[in-house]
Amino acid sequence: MLRVDDVTVRFGPRTVLDSFDLTVADGDVVALLGPSGSGKSTLLRVIAGLIRPDRGRVWLDDRDVTDLPTHRRNVGMVFQDEQLFPNLNVAENIAFGPRMHGWTKAETAKRVDELLELVGLAGMGCRATSRLSGGEAKRIALARSLAPRPAVLLLDEPLTGLDRDLHDRLAIDVGALLRADGTTALLVTHDHDEAATIASRHVNLVGQ
Amino acid sequence: MNRLPFRLRVTLVVVPAAILLLFYIAPVANLIATVFRADTVSSTLNRPGLGSVIWFTVWQAVLSTVATLAIGSVPAYLLHRYRFRGRRVVLATTLVPFFLPTVVVGAAFLSLLPRSMHNTPWAVIAAHVYLNVAVVVYVVGAMWEVLPTDLTGAARTLGANPWRVARYVVLPIIRPALLSAATMVFLFSLTSFGAAKLLGGARYATLEVEIVRRATGLGDVDGAAMLSLLQLAFLGIVIAISSTLQRRGRIQLVGEARPRHVPTSRPTAICSLLFGVLFAAPLVALVTRSVRLGGRWTLRGWTQLGTTQVRRGISLGVDPIGALRTSLWFAVLAAVGTALLAGVATLAIVALRRWGWLLDAGMALPLGTSAVTIGLGMLITFDVAPIDWRAEWWMLPLGHVLVATPFAVRSMLGAARAIPGDLRAAAATLGASPTRAWWHVDVRALRRPLILAAGIAATVSLGEFGATSVLSRRGNQTVPLAIDALLGRAGDLPRAQGYALAVVLMVVCATTVVMVDLARSNTRSRLG
Repeated sequence: MLRVDDVTVRFGPRTVLDSFDLTVADGDVVALLGPSGSGKSTLLRVIAGLIRPDRGRVWLDDRDVTDLPTHRRNVGMVFQDEQLFPNLNVAENIAFGPRMHGWTKAETAKRVDELLELVGLAGMGCRATSRLSGGEAKRIALARSLAPRPAVLLLDEPLTGLDRDLHDRLAIDVGALLRADGTTALLVTHDHDEAATIASRHVNLVGQ
Repeated sequence: MNRLPFRLRVTLVVVPAAILLLFYIAPVANLIATVFRADTVSSTLNRPGLGSVIWFTVWQAVLSTVATLAIGSVPAYLLHRYRFRGRRVVLATTLVPFFLPTVVVGAAFLSLLPRSMHNTPWAVIAAHVYLNVAVVVYVVGAMWEVLPTDLTGAARTLGANPWRVARYVVLPIIRPALLSAATMVFLFSLTSFGAAKLLGGARYATLEVEIVRRATGLGDVDGAAMLSLLQLAFLGIVIAISSTLQRRGRIQLVGEARPRHVPTSRPTAICSLLFGVLFAAPLVALVTRSVRLGGRWTLRGWTQLGTTQVRRGISLGVDPIGALRTSLWFAVLAAVGTALLAGVATLAIVALRRWGWLLDAGMALPLGTSAVTIGLGMLITFDVAPIDWRAEWWMLPLGHVLVATPFAVRSMLGAARAIPGDLRAAAATLGASPTRAWWHVDVRALRRPLILAAGIAATVSLGEFGATSVLSRRGNQTVPLAIDALLGRAGDLPRAQGYALAVVLMVVCATTVVMVDLARSNTRSRLG
């Protein structure tokens, strides 16, 4: 379970998040909707530990993780522009998380195949990330973040920048995938249809 | 069909090719031939002291490179990753030394370091670090600037601790930049002349210093030629190794690579400002020491700059004001000469189209040769009638042109290649003949780069020390030579004069850089 408690973030004089509260139950997929600048991405970064909140706490499975560094929180994150490691191929990108968590080679390899299968890109492990299409890169980014079995998955506008057709198909795929896996997830988007397709409920954020 | 007339193309190509052939390729070829003609190989290699010169040249270059990378990485990271007040000033300060003449930096370190540190390897290495940190800050910093913070964020969400983020994500991505910075620093340190000559003394001579000593001081031209060849071989090997390594490790950053400065906390800013102060220190020391004489503040170093007599009847043998006049005159000549040569060469490279790379590569050749070698080649080649020009005064500015041309061509070619091909097509459809279209599109587009090329040549010429040391004759001493001579004299007054002259050279160079920058931005606004 993910709980955000009274979180406030200021960038200089601007208050991006003001005493924000949110709870996401296990296995729940929640969409955060709101205009750009309303602090959606900032909230995800606070949960991931990439930004320290000026006030408030973040709880993961009844543990206060506010002061825990990112790499020990076990949260997965899909970035808006994928952020695949350019020096690693597709399989190595997916294997990165398990490797950091100390999985054995065999376990890691099995998990990589499983995820490539899951996102419908089996056999593409040796492909260089620079030779992926936009949709393929999004799928690999999703697979990479799921690989180490994160307690909660954060998706930061994961489907932006795709053409409508591909976007709609991928939204259905991602929704099905998260439900099948029972993943606890928080999705940031500005697209109501996307939110409805992927998430089970949504929260509106109003710009400050 | 729409090509330039054959004769114009031939003229464009022949002029720079002939100059390159006569004044660069022939001398260097002659240099190599000289070595193999005489039995200099064995006689030079057997001479005592040579082994220690080579050994010192290599180990100081390795140490300089390692130290420069280690020290330069810190400001490279801080200045490109964080935003704070004063960032741009500190950035500019770390880049300044690279544009200063090596002789000024040598003088600055003499003024900064205590006497006990003079003529030591450590002084030489410190100056090399100071000169080359800009390379690391610039080359590695450029990678930091485009490395998305989210990429390291992604690694952290996947469970990588900071050390592993550095090891598995950051290092592989910045490695090519580190490598190319290391190669450049290593080459600069290996062929260092000015700083090494002033700070290493006779005991710690680099190959470059030793070549000049043999060619001019000992009259052992064959031995000098042999060492030049050795130096050329060294350079060739280093360049070959680094280009293979670089081809293997190239990484493309995909997606949007926008700079993301993280607003910072105080320690970062303090750390960066400290670097800024550190980089300003030698220059401040230089100015200070020019007004100190025997423990007192005095302007005698400055007021007596024009005096060539120490006491009545005893001449110093150095004429600072005359040297200044000579240097400025040569800088003008080198600027005009380089701009013309590089301009014609650039137009020729573009006009040649498919075969342009040949001339392009040819014009870049002097870059792979140290300035001393260029000077030495000219010295031993132009010594028989009808080309007995070695004593001619114009050999010096010509040497400066050869040293500066590769840089000038590089900067102009970028502008020439950026001309959209359709611009020529548009001119043609409007009724311009190929020659007129070329005149209005290609030649006109080089106006702004021409100023830059002239400026580069002027600063190179003002600070040029290597080729100058070999080619200089009595009566055309330039400022770097005068500084070296003054600082080599016993007594406090010549030293203060040397420091004062170094300050003058520093100011002249800085003024040139600023003027070129202003001229460029003026023309830019007019050309759009």
